[in-house]
Amino acid sequence: MAKKNVRIPSGEVIPEIPETLDPSLFKVIGKNTERMESISRPSLTFWQDAWRRFRKNRPAFLGFCIIGLYVILAIFAPIMSKYAFDAMDVSLKYATPSLEHFLGCDGSGRDIWVRMWMGARVSLTIGFFAAFINMCVGSVIGGLCGYYGGWLDMIIMRIVDVVYGIPSLIITILVMVVVGRGIHTLIIAMCVVGWIGSCRFVRGEVYRLKNQDYVSAAKVLGVPDFTIILRHIIPNVMGMLITNLCMAIPGAIFQEAFLSYIGLGIAPPNCSWGILAKEGIKYLKVYPNQVMFTAFFICTTMLSLTMIGDGLRDAFDPRLRGTE
Amino acid sequence: MSKYIVKRVIAAVLTLLVLITVVFFLVRLMPGEPFTSEKLNPIVKENMIKYYGFDKPLIVQYFQYLGNLLKGNMGYSMKYTNKTVNYIIGSTFPYSADLGLRALAIALVFGLLLGVVAALNRGTRLDVFCVILAIIGTSIPDFIMGAVLQYVFGLKLKVLPVAKWAGFKYTILPSCALAFYTMASVSRTMRASMLEVVQQDYIKTARAKGLSNFRITWKHQIRNAIMPVITIMGPTVAAVLTGTFVIEAMYAIPGMGKYYVDSTNDNDYSMILGMTVFYGAFLIFCNLVVDILYGVVDPRVRIGK
Amino acid sequence: MAEREKILELKNVVYSFHTYGGIVKAVRDVSFDLYQGEILGIVGESGCGKSVTAQCIMRLNPEPPGFFSSGEIFFKGQDICKMTHEQLMQIRGTEIGFIFQDPMTSLNPTMRVGDQIEEVFIHDKSMTKAMKKERALDIMAKVGISDAEKRYHQYPHELSGGMKQRVMIAMALVSKPSMIICDEPTTSLDVTIEAQILELLLQLRKEMGTSIIMITHDLGVIAKLCDRVLVMYGGKIVERGMAEEVFYETAHPYTQGLMNSIAGLETEKDEVLTPIEGTPPDLFSPPVGCPFAARCEYAMEVCHKYPPQETDLSEQHMTFCWLQHENAPKVDLTKKKTKKKGEQA
Repeated sequence: MAKKNVRIPSGEVIPEIPETLDPSLFKVIGKNTERMESISRPSLTFWQDAWRRFRKNRPAFLGFCIIGLYVILAIFAPIMSKYAFDAMDVSLKYATPSLEHFLGCDGSGRDIWVRMWMGARVSLTIGFFAAFINMCVGSVIGGLCGYYGGWLDMIIMRIVDVVYGIPSLIITILVMVVVGRGIHTLIIAMCVVGWIGSCRFVRGEVYRLKNQDYVSAAKVLGVPDFTIILRHIIPNVMGMLITNLCMAIPGAIFQEAFLSYIGLGIAPPNCSWGILAKEGIKYLKVYPNQVMFTAFFICTTMLSLTMIGDGLRDAFDPRLRGTE
Repeated sequence: MSKYIVKRVIAAVLTLLVLITVVFFLVRLMPGEPFTSEKLNPIVKENMIKYYGFDKPLIVQYFQYLGNLLKGNMGYSMKYTNKTVNYIIGSTFPYSADLGLRALAIALVFGLLLGVVAALNRGTRLDVFCVILAIIGTSIPDFIMGAVLQYVFGLKLKVLPVAKWAGFKYTILPSCALAFYTMASVSRTMRASMLEVVQQDYIKTARAKGLSNFRITWKHQIRNAIMPVITIMGPTVAAVLTGTFVIEAMYAIPGMGKYYVDSTNDNDYSMILGMTVFYGAFLIFCNLVVDILYGVVDPRVRIGK
Repeated sequence: MAEREKILELKNVVYSFHTYGGIVKAVRDVSFDLYQGEILGIVGESGCGKSVTAQCIMRLNPEPPGFFSSGEIFFKGQDICKMTHEQLMQIRGTEIGFIFQDPMTSLNPTMRVGDQIEEVFIHDKSMTKAMKKERALDIMAKVGISDAEKRYHQYPHELSGGMKQRVMIAMALVSKPSMIICDEPTTSLDVTIEAQILELLLQLRKEMGTSIIMITHDLGVIAKLCDRVLVMYGGKIVERGMAEEVFYETAHPYTQGLMNSIAGLETEKDEVLTPIEGTPPDLFSPPVGCPFAARCEYAMEVCHKYPPQETDLSEQHMTFCWLQHENAPKVDLTKKKTKKKGEQA
C-alpha cells in the first residue's frame, strides 16, 4: 500500500481506513444487482412530469387562477346583477364607482360592471373558439400533409406559402365586410386565414416525428397508420399544440378588440372589450376612469394567458424534463 | 445568391397576384352597392355604373382592373368622386409610413437592446426587469397603450402634445405607443434566441480560441441569435402597419388608416381594392426584403438545400 | 521519461456543478501529469467525467454552475485554477488548443472558415492580415484540406464532416500550441476518416512536438495513438499506466470489463461479447467505497465500505482496487474471458 487515509476534499464523508482490515471483508460477493441500476429520482410519465412542473411555475399558476376567476365572473356576474347590460339610466351618466355600480356607469348611464362581464363573455368566447378552430383545422390539414406527403402535401403547401405572404388582418377585415358584423361571423373571418400558422407548425412537427426511428419501427412491425398516429404522433405533438393554443388565444382576443375598436367587429348594442375600450377612449379627456377598467381587464387577461403559455411551454419542453 | 433572389421575387409576384384576385372578388361579394345615396339622380347613377364598367361581366372587369393596375391606375374613389385613389394614397401614405418607420426603428433598437441585455445578465434583477417589461408589453394592445400615453404625458403631465402631426415633438407619443408591443415581442424573441445560442458548441469553440467576452458576444452570439428576429420581421411589419389604423385615429394623424376603415364602411369599391392591394403589395415587398436580408445574414439559406 | 519537460500537472482536482438537485461531483480527486510530446489517453464510459476533466484544464466549463472544490492545475508552472480571465484568454487557443467532439455544431455557421481559423490570432497585434492568412492557409494544407484557398472562403455548411473536423484541428493547431486536448474527435466520423485523422495527429506530434490529451471511449483509438492511458470511472481515476501495461497487465476489473465489451478482428463469429452490466453511479450521491463496486463481479465487502487505495505496480502503472490488497483473493484480470454462444445460462 502506498498511501493511507487519502483525503478527498469534496465534502464526501470518507471513513477512516483501519490499520488492519479484517480478512472476512475480502470475500468476493460479486455484483450488487440492486444498486447497479440505481437511479435516485422517481420515474414519472410525461403528463405527470409536465403537470408537476406547471404547478411549480408560480406566474403560470397565478395566470391560471386569474383566467379561472374571469371565466366564473363572466358567467355569473351578469346573472347576479340587477342591472341589464344595455339598460340606460340617464340620471347616472358617467357615475363614479359606488356600491350600487361597482365600476360606475358609462355615457348612457349603463352599468360598466355588467357590461364588462358581458364583454368578457364575447371576448373570451371569440378568443378561445377562434384559436381552437384554427388549431383543429390547421392540425388536421397539417397532420395529413406531414404524414402522407405526396401531391396533396405539395398542393396544400404551395397554397399555404402564398396565403402566408398575405397580411392576415387585411383578409379578415375584408371577410368581415362581406359576411357582416357579429360574433359568429367574426370567428369565421378570423379562421379564414388563421389556420395557416398551426398548419405549418403541425406539418413540420409530424414530418419530423414520422421519420423518427420508433415510428419506422412501428411501421415495420405492421402497425396500421391509424394506430401509429394515435399512439406515437398525437401524444408527441399534443404538448406543443396545447402550448400553441394558449399562445394563440391572446392573439385572437387582441384581434377581436382591434376589429371592434375600428368598427368592424361586434356591432353595438352588443358589447365586447374592444367596444368598451372604444367607448371609454372617446371620453378620455374628461372621464379617464371609464377606459382604465377595461384596459385593466384586457391587459391582465393577456398577461395571464401569456404566462400560462410560457409555463406550458416550459412544462412540456423535453429538454427541461426531470429538473425542478 | 441571385438564384435565391429570383426565386423569392417570383414567389412575391405570385402572392401579389393571388391577393389581387382574392380581394377583387371578395369586394364584389360585399352586400350593398356603392351608389346608394338617395339624392343621386338615376341618370347619373346609370352613367356612373357604365363609367365604372359594372354592367360588364365580372371576369371582363377583373382583367380590365388588372390592366389598369399594370399602368399604375387604380381609378377614382366612389365616395370622394373628384379624387383618384392614387392621389389619396399618395397624399396620406407618407404620414403612415413616417409613423410606421419611426415605430419600427424604436421597436427594433430598444427591443434588441433589451433582449441582449437581459440574456447577458441572465438571472439577475436586470433580467427579471426586462422580462417583466416584455411580458407587460405584449399584454397591452396598442390602442390602450396609445390612450395611456396620451393621458399621462399629454393630459396630466402636459409635456407632449396630445394630437396632430406637426414636428418632432408630435411624433413621440404615437410612435412610442405603436412601438411598445413590437418592442416587447422583439426583446422576448431576442432573449430566448441569445440563450439558445450561448449553449451552442461553437460558442465553446470561440472560448477555447481565447477570444474576449466582448468579441464572443458580438461576433458569435448576437450574429447568430438575430436570425429568429429576422424571421418574425414580416409579421412584425404587418402588425405595425395595422396598428397605424388605430393610432392615427387616436392622435388625429392624417394617414391612410382612416380612409381604409371608412372605405370598408362606405362600400367604396375602388378605394377598398386600391388600398388593400397597396397594403398587400407593401407588405409583400417588406417580406421580400426580409427574405433577402435573411439570405445575406445566414449563408445556409442562400445556397438552398 | 523523466528528462522530458512536464508541461501539465493536475493535483487532486475536484470539480463540481451546482444543479437544481444539489451539487454534482463530476470530477473527484483526479491527479495526473503530461510531458512534452506525449500522447495521453483518457478512457471511460459516457458520463464518467472525461470531458469535464478535459474542459476544466482550460476552464471551459461554464462557471457558474461549475466550480473547483479543490485541487491545482499547473500548466508550465502556472496554476490555471487561480488565473484571471485575461490570463486565461492568453493561454486559450495560443498555448492550448482544443478539438471538440462534434465538428457539425462546433463551427460558427455564419462565419467563413478562414476567418474562424484566423480568429485565434485576434490579440496578436504584431501580425498583419496577410500574415494571418498565410498561417491559416499553411495549416489548412498541413491538416490535409485540399484546395485550401477555396475552402478558406467557404462556410462550414459547405464542407463535409471530415473536412469540418480538419478545420477544427487546423484551428487548434494554427498557433502552434504546446498542447492540444482532443475530446472524442473521431466519434462522429466514419472509420476511414477516423483513421486519417489519427494518422494526422501522430504526424503532427512528430513534426511539432505537441503534447496531446486524447479523450475517447474507444480502446482502439487508444491502442493506435497513446503512450500512456488513464481509465476513469465515476469521476475518479481507476487505473493508469503505459498503454501496453494497461492492455496486457490489466489490474482493474473495470478496465477488463471495457476490453471484454469490444469486438476486435480476432473476435470469433460465435463468440459472445460480455458487456458490463448496469449503469455508472449517480454522481449526486456517489457511493462511499469503490464507485465500481456495484457492477464489479469481484466486489468484496470492503469495496462497499472503504475507498480503494492507490497501488503502484510499476513506475507508471498504478491502480485503485482492493483486489491488490494482500488479503484479497488472487484474480487474473489479464485473461480475456471468451464465451461461446449458448454457454450463457
